Amino acid sequence: MSLAEDMGLSWFDGPIPARTGLGLKPDHYADILESPAKVGWFEVHPENYMGAGGPPHHYLSRIRESYPLSLHGVGLSIGAAAPLNRDHLERLKGLVERYQPALFSEHLAWSTHDDVFLNDLLPLPYTEETFAHVAGHVGEVQETVGRQLLLENPSTYVAFENNDMSEIEFLGQLAAQTGCGLLLDVNNVHVSATNHAFDAEAYIDTFPIEHVGEIHLAGFAETRDEAGAPVLIDAHDRRVADRVWALYERTIKRTGPRPTLIEWDNDIPEWAILVREAQRADQIIEKRRTNHAAID
Amino acid sequence: MPRLTELQDAFADAIVNVEHDVPEAITSHSSPKPRERFNIYRNNVYSSLIDVLSARFPVAERLVGEEFFRAMARMFIEESPPRSPMLLVYGDAFPSFLTEFEHAQDVPYLPDIARLEWARHQAYHAADCAPLTAGELATVPSDQSARLVFEPHPSLALVRSPFPIVSIWQTNTADDEVKPVSLSEGGQDALIVRPQLEVETYKISGGEAGFVAALNEGANLASAAQAALEESADFALDKTLAQLLAIGALAGYQVSR
Repeated sequence: MSLAEDMGLSWFDGPIPARTGLGLKPDHYADILESPAKVGWFEVHPENYMGAGGPPHHYLSRIRESYPLSLHGVGLSIGAAAPLNRDHLERLKGLVERYQPALFSEHLAWSTHDDVFLNDLLPLPYTEETFAHVAGHVGEVQETVGRQLLLENPSTYVAFENNDMSEIEFLGQLAAQTGCGLLLDVNNVHVSATNHAFDAEAYIDTFPIEHVGEIHLAGFAETRDEAGAPVLIDAHDRRVADRVWALYERTIKRTGPRPTLIEWDNDIPEWAILVREAQRADQIIEKRRTNHAAID
Repeated sequence: MPRLTELQDAFADAIVNVEHDVPEAITSHSSPKPRERFNIYRNNVYSSLIDVLSARFPVAERLVGEEFFRAMARMFIEESPPRSPMLLVYGDAFPSFLTEFEHAQDVPYLPDIARLEWARHQAYHAADCAPLTAGELATVPSDQSARLVFEPHPSLALVRSPFPIVSIWQTNTADDEVKPVSLSEGGQDALIVRPQLEVETYKISGGEAGFVAALNEGANLASAAQAALEESADFALDKTLAQLLAIGALAGYQVSR
């Protein structure tokens, strides 16, 4: 029996199984090495593995021996009007070559301005001008790294006055023009739908799913603005909300089984809680698989 | 609609300068001037960077308290924001900021504690290297030993202080209840190294510190020992060398001509 079969991955859809993965945190290195095979794959922020050596590379190398990996960048600032940071791009390329990730993704956002790194995923107006910048940058990334990039739909708190197109149109055209894939963050859809009073289900129903290579799920925080309108914050610090699970089920019905990540980056819980969240997503994927097989 | 570059100028400016109003081009369905919503971005930027510094300088934070530390870290970020998305390199200027920070002058050892913590952070991410062993060194003929030039381990760092920084760092890290440390203990020198996976912090003598400082500058064994003896007449070369090998502080050697 191969390692993949041993891990229950006999239905590989490619280099990464269409089941649930977890964000890899130093808090859990030991748990993962002691009790393997509870999740299908791991995702890391490459920025945390850009040091020369030490425990991060030691543990990532060991875990990579047994699991597929996804690199999910947070620092490339693809939506900036300014040129991409070539040093950062070269570091990403080096990590892709070293760890051979199955998936490689970034955000439809910007985070660097005048060389200052603002460490947040800042929103973009969906104009023709923005599209030209982003499409150019995505092409440059894919050319340099030699890999398809998945671009993630953002969660946003403010809107812009003059968009030329919707977010879905922007992402769909981008994938068609650059050949990039899309990372559909279902929590971000719920967060942005609440924040901008649009219909999350309609967004899922019209999303260009043929480009979706990965799905994200996460927990959000709640607040209100000065007008009393609810505002959700993409906090990654708690369980996935029931409304987001429902939206995820709706998504999986359309996309079919897809690699799905539980993102939990702050107030990180014990390993067993993360595994339970992953199992919940796996059940939804499995149900879709079974139902689909029954229809066939 | 302003051009993207102008919009991002205004957006970034309003994040960094909280007294500036939110950019003209933004809106929301509930409020045409969404100041509260814009504040989420301001808060995300600063609180995430403060969290980075808090994780990197936990003893410095403990010494001044969380509230004070976060306010101080924010002022540092305003003065020296990160210039790279690789946040692993962020915080090297924090110790010298603390030296100048007027509201922390009553904690005079704070900058050196931060230097020690920064050295530990760098050691954690330093290049991996199998340490030099005593067995490997034993092959050097004795008539060449004075001309040995050691290569320090890539993770090796020395932090010298007029304050008892190792005692302060230790009790704030390892003890459930912090033990009082008297500043009359005098200065301490810390040696930081990560031979395998664990970052170690050792308190070493002034002579040993002088020796390591000279090795770090590329001195050969004879000149390093001379420098150490000038610092402290008690310096014992054989014992020090054996200890440095035992803790994995050296990576290799050459014999200079």
